[in-house]
Amino acid sequence: MVRTEVSIRIGGAAGDGVASTGEIFGKTLSRSGQHVYAYNSYQSVIRGGHVWFQIRGGKDPVLYVGQHADILIALNKQTVDVHAPLLTAGGRIIFDPSKVKVTEADVPKGVILCPMPLYELAKEFSPNPIMANTVAVGAAMSFIKAPVEKFKSVLEDQFGHKKADVVDANLKAAQAGINYATEKWGPMDFGLPYADKKRIFLTGNQAIALGAMAGGCHFYSFYPMTPATSVGQFLADHGPDMGIVVKQCEDEIAVINMAIGAGYAGTRAMCATSGGGFALMVEAMGMAGITETPLVVMVSQRSGPSTGLPTKTEQGDLNMVMGAGQGDYPRIVIAPRTVPEAYEATIRALNLAEKWQTPVLVLSDLLLSEHFETSEEFPMERATLERGVWWDGNGPGLRYKLTPSGVSPRIIPGTANGAFIAGSDEHDEDSTLVSDVRAGLPDAIEVRKKQMDKRMHKLEGAKKDLHMPERVGPANAPVTLVSWGSTHGAVREAMATLKKEGVEVASIEFTDLYPLDWGKLKEMLQKERFTLMIEGNYTGQLERLLRAETGWFPSDTLHKYDGEPFWPEDIVAKVHAVLKMAPKKEVVH
Amino acid sequence: MSAITVQLADYKVNTKPTWCPGCGDYAVLTGVTRALVGAGKKPEDVAVVSGIGCSSNLPHFLKAYGIHSLHGRALPVATGIKLANPDLTVIATGGDGDGYGIGVGHFLHAMRRNLDITYVVMNNEIYGLTTGQTSPTSLIGHKTKSTPFGNIENPINPVGLALMAGASFVARGFSGDAKGLAELIQKGVEHKGFSFIDVQSPCVTYNKLNTYDWFRERVYNLQEKGHDKEDFSAAVQRAIEWPTVGPEDKVPVGIFYQTQKPTYEEGERAYQVGNPVKRKLGVTAEQRTALMADLY
Repeated sequence: MVRTEVSIRIGGAAGDGVASTGEIFGKTLSRSGQHVYAYNSYQSVIRGGHVWFQIRGGKDPVLYVGQHADILIALNKQTVDVHAPLLTAGGRIIFDPSKVKVTEADVPKGVILCPMPLYELAKEFSPNPIMANTVAVGAAMSFIKAPVEKFKSVLEDQFGHKKADVVDANLKAAQAGINYATEKWGPMDFGLPYADKKRIFLTGNQAIALGAMAGGCHFYSFYPMTPATSVGQFLADHGPDMGIVVKQCEDEIAVINMAIGAGYAGTRAMCATSGGGFALMVEAMGMAGITETPLVVMVSQRSGPSTGLPTKTEQGDLNMVMGAGQGDYPRIVIAPRTVPEAYEATIRALNLAEKWQTPVLVLSDLLLSEHFETSEEFPMERATLERGVWWDGNGPGLRYKLTPSGVSPRIIPGTANGAFIAGSDEHDEDSTLVSDVRAGLPDAIEVRKKQMDKRMHKLEGAKKDLHMPERVGPANAPVTLVSWGSTHGAVREAMATLKKEGVEVASIEFTDLYPLDWGKLKEMLQKERFTLMIEGNYTGQLERLLRAETGWFPSDTLHKYDGEPFWPEDIVAKVHAVLKMAPKKEVVH
Repeated sequence: MSAITVQLADYKVNTKPTWCPGCGDYAVLTGVTRALVGAGKKPEDVAVVSGIGCSSNLPHFLKAYGIHSLHGRALPVATGIKLANPDLTVIATGGDGDGYGIGVGHFLHAMRRNLDITYVVMNNEIYGLTTGQTSPTSLIGHKTKSTPFGNIENPINPVGLALMAGASFVARGFSGDAKGLAELIQKGVEHKGFSFIDVQSPCVTYNKLNTYDWFRERVYNLQEKGHDKEDFSAAVQRAIEWPTVGPEDKVPVGIFYQTQKPTYEEGERAYQVGNPVKRKLGVTAEQRTALMADLY
């Protein structure tokens, strides 16, 4: 059977150029009309260790990176040890025997060894040993008959016309790999339908950065922290010439406080970090809440606690995000599932922040932030931007005026007759303090209560703007998977696998987490016969939130906290186990 | 200078200061207001940002925009406002605990950035609002509620730090000289770049050591003594007279150092496109095409 989907892995040590080689290969496939999903597995080290880049591509949309490989490029022996067992029957390993010693005994039966003089062939075109990667990519391209002209166009765009010699050397090296491999082994049985397609190939963080641009963010502050850093890097590259101030700060406390200052001044402001950085931002979240300053914070989760596994994924920061800050203030939390959704979620977050004048959190994770995905182009210039309610200049400018929605007309510096001090202390409608000489007196008690009610009442309106979870699959399914954020890909692939096995499960996927219409949500969840809640954390953080808000709890749970993303195989195995145990009758909650 | 004359009355609000009678911060409030009027700034174009502490209540006592923010965070908030709208006149205010204690990291980084903002610290060598604990500027031996046997830590030298961190206007004022203080703050506001003014602003309730009289016996004016404010080495020599190595018998006030060097705003590419607050939101089709081509 001709296969229309391929999985490729490139493995080596940090510093071997694994990620950049993988990215160029992934882009080549994407430009050749394939849907591609790629994931870079790396460690918290600059040189050494073991890193690998996985690419899965094919005719149909791919939603996760795959747990097997058809082609393995092994730049060191460890790559063979770790990844050879995942090779499919007839799969091939490309390696240089002068550097990597592999025998038939090291690989599963049926796997074909493809020893090549990668370094020797590369030497002719460049003194840089990384050129050997290009020779190996050439060999892999020949196995899947990938169009060389697309590879060439990727290189040309990457290095530009200034470095025509680099492009030329790479092309020659790739051709040497193609020639050598074609002669020795010939192509595999892939029939990828190559075509000219103009899709983009990008990471979740790049999508978030594009969402920030399209969403009118003119101020972005950050402190480098994996896996959020690349948002700032993309914006630092492209933002200033588009008029976006991009500021690397001394710490995350400065990051969020600057963003609040910028939001107060009247521009759309955003910042991003991971869990450790967000822990430092917690106090200022409350200030954005009480000063009613629009603010978007993107938190890309990685394995905690503390420094945890800095380069590995998790969904473990929902509790912190929900509990961030002393006292109560309204917050909005959204957790996009895919790369295109990350783009849209960022625009939505910027709109919601100004509409409700309160902090909005976009919860990503390492998997979503850093994996590459093929996507249709984003219609950035057509983004709908809603800026909320602004003071019209008439009457006294009461910045914290009591209103039915809880949102008061916004006033920004530079507006005549509107001057006010936004206080982190409790304040009256006109922004005067009630915390010092008035606190505890009857009128101040009233003011405090009214201002609290006003702020918290925004949640009632905001929940109408948020999306209820998406439900897919048959009604009355024997099992309904419940998940949030980036787990979507593994869930959908698991559903497809189960369907092939004759079991049609359903899926409820949350993109927006807080606030929701809890009554409606409870009704939706209680309709399911058997719910399996899937979360990438130890304690079931969304489950606990749902239980607190609705009283609902799932029939069973699947938690993963080993640093790796959910694989469809994890979910399929759990569903198999559940179906053996699941009661035949409806489950009573 | 604005065509319409700005008056002190423009900055008046109904809220009365809540400081103790005799507090040094009154002179700072008057000084800031007079400086803004003197510099011809309209209240609507001014943002005054503070942290937390007695002195950080200051923004509420004059008519202007601003944020009464978190303890230690006046400078990053002020920086955010200025970066978003560089047309505003931005003043950060606060106390010694706020700026030299919990916020000292921001203090150093704000100065090396050289944004065109003015930072006025009301330094009283004590934590007042929490009723009298030691502060980063408390002198050795100072008995406070948290150091009942006398402070055993060296005080910070804020002027020295400012010089080393690259502030382009470094000065010290004294609340006992309200007129001189107002002039000093106005010079700071008019200076293009980061202006730092440490103000000795006595706490009449909790600091019985560094009183008005204590300062009056020690202060001398740098400019009257012929100090050259453009001489960095001389500025450092003057800075360490108090409180680092000197015998605590002289407290220099006035401008230690002033220099013109490129501001952060001058180096920020984004402003070539426009003021972030005033610029239209969103991207153009051309910008989208270029971005997409980069990701194709």
